[in-house]
Amino acid sequence: MLRLAPALAIGILLGPVAFGILATLIPAFGYLPSLGAFEVSTRYFAEVWATPGIVQSALLSLSTGLVTTAVALLVVFLFVAGWHGTPAFLRMQHFLSPLLSVPHAAAAFGLAFLIAPSGQIMRLLSPWATGSTRPPDLLILQDPLGLSMMAGLIVKEIPFLLLVTLAALPQASVARSGQIAGALGYGRMSGFLFTSWPAIYRQIRLAVFAVIAYATSVVDVAIILGPSTPSTLAVRLTQWMNDPDLALRLTASAGALVQLGLTLLAIALWIAAEWIGRLVRLSLERRGKRLARDQWLRGTALAATVLAGLAVFAGLAILAIWSVAGFWSFPDALPRNFTLDTWSRALPSIGRPLSITITTALAAVFAATALALACLELEARTGRTGGSRALWFVYLPLIVPQVSFVFGLQLFFLNIGLDATWLALAFVHLVFVLPYVFLSLSDPWRAWDQRYASIAYGLGATPNRTFWRVRLPMLLKPALAASAVGFAVSIGQYLPTVLIGAGRLPTITTEAVALASGGDRRVIGVYAFLQMVLPFIGFALATMIPAFLFRNRRDMGTAA
Amino acid sequence: MHSTFVSSAIRRSLLGAVTASAIALVAPFAHAADPDPKDWDAVLAQAKGQTVYFNAWGGATNINDYIAWAGGIVAERYGVTVEHVKLDDTANAVSTVLAEKTAGRDEGGSIDLIWINGENFAAMKDKGLMFTAGGDGWVEKLPNWSLVDFENNATIQTDFTIPVEGLEAPWGGAKLVFFHDEAREKSGPLPDSFLELVDWSKANKGRFSYPAPPDFIGSSLLKQALSELAPEPAKLLQPVEAEEFEAMTAPLFAALDALHPNMWRSGRAYPKNYPAMLQLLADGELDIIFAFNPAAASAEIAKNTLPDTVRSFTFSGGTLGNTHFTAIPYNANAKAGALVFANFLMSAEAQAQKQDPNIWGDPTILALDRLSAEDKARFDALDLGIATLKPDELGPKLPEPHPSWMVEIEKEWTRRYGAGN
Repeated sequence: MLRLAPALAIGILLGPVAFGILATLIPAFGYLPSLGAFEVSTRYFAEVWATPGIVQSALLSLSTGLVTTAVALLVVFLFVAGWHGTPAFLRMQHFLSPLLSVPHAAAAFGLAFLIAPSGQIMRLLSPWATGSTRPPDLLILQDPLGLSMMAGLIVKEIPFLLLVTLAALPQASVARSGQIAGALGYGRMSGFLFTSWPAIYRQIRLAVFAVIAYATSVVDVAIILGPSTPSTLAVRLTQWMNDPDLALRLTASAGALVQLGLTLLAIALWIAAEWIGRLVRLSLERRGKRLARDQWLRGTALAATVLAGLAVFAGLAILAIWSVAGFWSFPDALPRNFTLDTWSRALPSIGRPLSITITTALAAVFAATALALACLELEARTGRTGGSRALWFVYLPLIVPQVSFVFGLQLFFLNIGLDATWLALAFVHLVFVLPYVFLSLSDPWRAWDQRYASIAYGLGATPNRTFWRVRLPMLLKPALAASAVGFAVSIGQYLPTVLIGAGRLPTITTEAVALASGGDRRVIGVYAFLQMVLPFIGFALATMIPAFLFRNRRDMGTAA
Repeated sequence: MHSTFVSSAIRRSLLGAVTASAIALVAPFAHAADPDPKDWDAVLAQAKGQTVYFNAWGGATNINDYIAWAGGIVAERYGVTVEHVKLDDTANAVSTVLAEKTAGRDEGGSIDLIWINGENFAAMKDKGLMFTAGGDGWVEKLPNWSLVDFENNATIQTDFTIPVEGLEAPWGGAKLVFFHDEAREKSGPLPDSFLELVDWSKANKGRFSYPAPPDFIGSSLLKQALSELAPEPAKLLQPVEAEEFEAMTAPLFAALDALHPNMWRSGRAYPKNYPAMLQLLADGELDIIFAFNPAAASAEIAKNTLPDTVRSFTFSGGTLGNTHFTAIPYNANAKAGALVFANFLMSAEAQAQKQDPNIWGDPTILALDRLSAEDKARFDALDLGIATLKPDELGPKLPEPHPSWMVEIEKEWTRRYGAGN
C-alpha cells in the first residue's frame, strides 16, 4: 500500500492537469461534437485575437502577474534581509501567519471596503480633511491599470512568500553567514543578499512561479477589484465560457490556451529578470559594495510589511462591522445603529453552502494529509526522496493556470457520470490542497530526528508501530498545522468550485463572490466574515487538539 | 459580468451532451408521461416527492429569501422540494436547455422551472424549448389563473411583443422608476425624460450611471432611451432590420456619447448591477438611480440599505413596463412539481407576501377585485412604504421593444464602450 502512495500522489497532481489541458486543447481547435463542431481549424484563435480590447486584457494580465510578484517578493526579501533573527521578525511572523489562511476573495473585499472612494479611509478623512461630505468621484477601484487589483494580490502574496521563505531559512545558515558578513563590514541586508539569498531563492523559486501563475490568471480578485473595460484575460474567457452563445465555448477554450501561453510568457520574462537581478548582485559583490548604511531601507521594509498586514486586518474588521451595520451613510465613521438583521436573514440560507464547504474541505484535507504522510513515511523508510523533479510535480497544479485546465476537467467528470457531484468537487479540491499540505508537512517531517526511529527499531518495534506510536504523535502538531493550511486552501477555492459544482454545489466562497455582484456590503460582510472565520477555526483546532491530547505529556508541548 | 460565473449549469449541460446518450441508456424509465394541468389532482399526486430545480437570478438576498419561503410552503403542503439554483444571468439557463436539446437529452433535464421574460423567453419559445402541455400551453389551465389580471395588464399575455400563449406563468409586474435622496443637494430640477437626464448629468457631474449591458437593469435603461429617442417607435415592436438599425439608434448613441463623460467615474467604470447602484446611492456617490420595481426604494429603506429620505419619480412621458414569469422547459424532470410551484407563486398568499416591501415589494399580477374578501385583506393590510409611488402616479407604461433590438444594441454598446478605449 505504502509503496503506491507516491504514484497515487503524482497521479492526482499530474493527471487532472494533463487531462484538463488536453480536453481544452481539442475544442480550442474547433472539435466539439456536442456543438456540431467537427472542423479542425485555428479560427477560434483568430476570433480571440479579433475580440475588441483583447490585447489590452492580455497585457493587463501579464503586468498584473509580473508587478504583483515583483513587489511582493521585493517586500519579503527586504524584510527578511533586514530583520531576520530579531524579535521584531518573530512578532511579524506571528502577525502575518494567520493572513495566509484568509481567502483571496475575503481579503479583496476588505481592501475594497477600505480604499474605495466611499470606503473607510475616506470616511475617516471626511469631511475634516477632504472638505466634503460626499465621496470623491475617483476611479480607485476597477482602475484601468489594475492597480487596486495588484494591491489586493500583493497584500495576500506577501504572507505566502514570507512563510515559504521562512521554511527555507534554516537550510541557509543565515545567522552564521550574517555574522561573518557583518564582521567583514557588510550591512545586514547586503550581507544577506550576498551570502544567503541565492540559496534561499533557489528553494522558493517554484513558489514564486506559482505566484506569477496565480496573479496572471486569477478570477475572483479580478472580479472584485479589477477593471471591467476591459477585464483581465481570465475574467473575459470565463465570461465566454458562460455566454448564452454556445459557439463562444470554443473561443473560450482557445482563450484558455492563450492564457496558458501568457502565464508561461510571464514566467519566461521573470526568468530573464532573474538573470538581470543576478548580474546586478554579482556586480555589487565584485565591486565589494558593503552597503552598510541600510537603516532607512530596513525601516521602509518593516513599514511596507506592516502596512500590507494592516491593510488586510483593517479590511477584515470593516467587513465584520458592515455585517452588523444598520444604516451607515457617508462620511460616518461608524454605522448609525447596529443590527443582527443581516445575519438572521442570511443564516437560513447559509446552512447548505456551509456544510458543503466544510465536508468538501475535510474530505480533501483528510485525503491530502494521508497521502502526504504516506509519501513522507515511505521516503523516510527507503531514504529515497523525489528530488527536485518531485517538487515540480507538487507545484504543477499551482503553476498551470486554473482556467487552462479546470474547463477540460469537467468533461472528464461528465464522462464518468460524476459531474456536479460532491465526490468530484472533493477530488478537485484535493488536487489544489495536496501541494500545500505536502509543502507544509515535508520540512518538519524531514527535520525529525531519525534516531528516535532507530531506538524504536532497536526495541523491536515494526516500522508501522514506530510510525503510529512514535513518529506520528511527535509530529502531530505539524501534521495538523499542515491540515489546517489545506483546509484554508480548500475554503478559498473559487473557480474550480464554480466550474465543477456547476452551480449546484455552492460554498461560502462561491456565494460570497456571487453576492459581490449584488454589492450589498452587509451581506458580503457576513459571507466574507465566515470565509475568514472557518480557516481560523481550523488553525485553532490544529493547536488545541495536540494540547488536549498531550495535556499530561510535558515534553510533547515542545516537540517538533 | 463577473457574476456570470455563478451559474455554470450551462457548461455542465454542454459537456453533458457528450454523455447524454449514455445517461439516456442508464435511466430508461425515469420519467412518467407529462402531467396534464387540467387534471389538477393528478398533478398534485405526481408532484409529491419531486424536487424542482428553480433556476432564478440569485443576486438579491431578499428575493432569495422569498423563494426559500415559498419553497418551504410547497414542501409542507404538497411535498414538493424546491432547490433554488442561483443564476446571475438567466441566459445561462436558456443555453443549458438548448445544449440539452442539442445533445438529445429530451427527458430528465437539469432545469424544472426558470424565472424568465423578454429576450430569454423569445429565445426559448423560438427554439421550441418550452413545455407546452400538449401544444396549447399550461398557464391558463392552472387553478390560480382565474385570479390573474390579464384583461387590464396587456404585458401578461404579450411578453416583449411576443405572444405568451400559455407558456409562462405571470409572477410579478415591473415598471421603470427612478430614485433620488431628497436630503442630498442637487443642481436643477429632476429630469423628466432621458434627454433631460443627459442634461441633468451635465449639471451634476459624476452623479448618474448605469450598469453595463448585458446587465438586466442597465439594458432596461438603454431600452427606455431607445423607446424615447427612436425616430419611428412603432418599428421597435417589429424584429430589427439590419439596414434601419443605424438610423433608429443614432439618436440613442448620440445621447450616450453626450452622457458618458458626465457620468460616475467619467464613464470609465460602471456599477456592477442594480444592488451596486443602491449602495452607491446610499453612499452619496450617485444621486439618481433606477429600478424596475416601484416598491424597491421602500423595501431598501426597510432593510436599512437606503436612508428614509429617498423618494421615487418617473417620466411623465412614460417608462418601460413589463411582466416577469416562470416557465417550464420541455425536458424538465419534475414538470408536475414545477406546475404546483408556479401555481402557488400565483396565489394570493404568495403574491401578497411578495408585494410586502419588507419582504420584496414586487407588484402583483392578480386582479384584486377577483379575490376573496380574506385574500383581498392581505393586500389591503400592506403598507407600501413612504418612497413608493401610488399606482396613479406611476405614469404611462411604454411597451418593451422586440427582443432582437437589444441583442444588436448590446453588441454595438460593447463595441463602442465596453472594450476599453
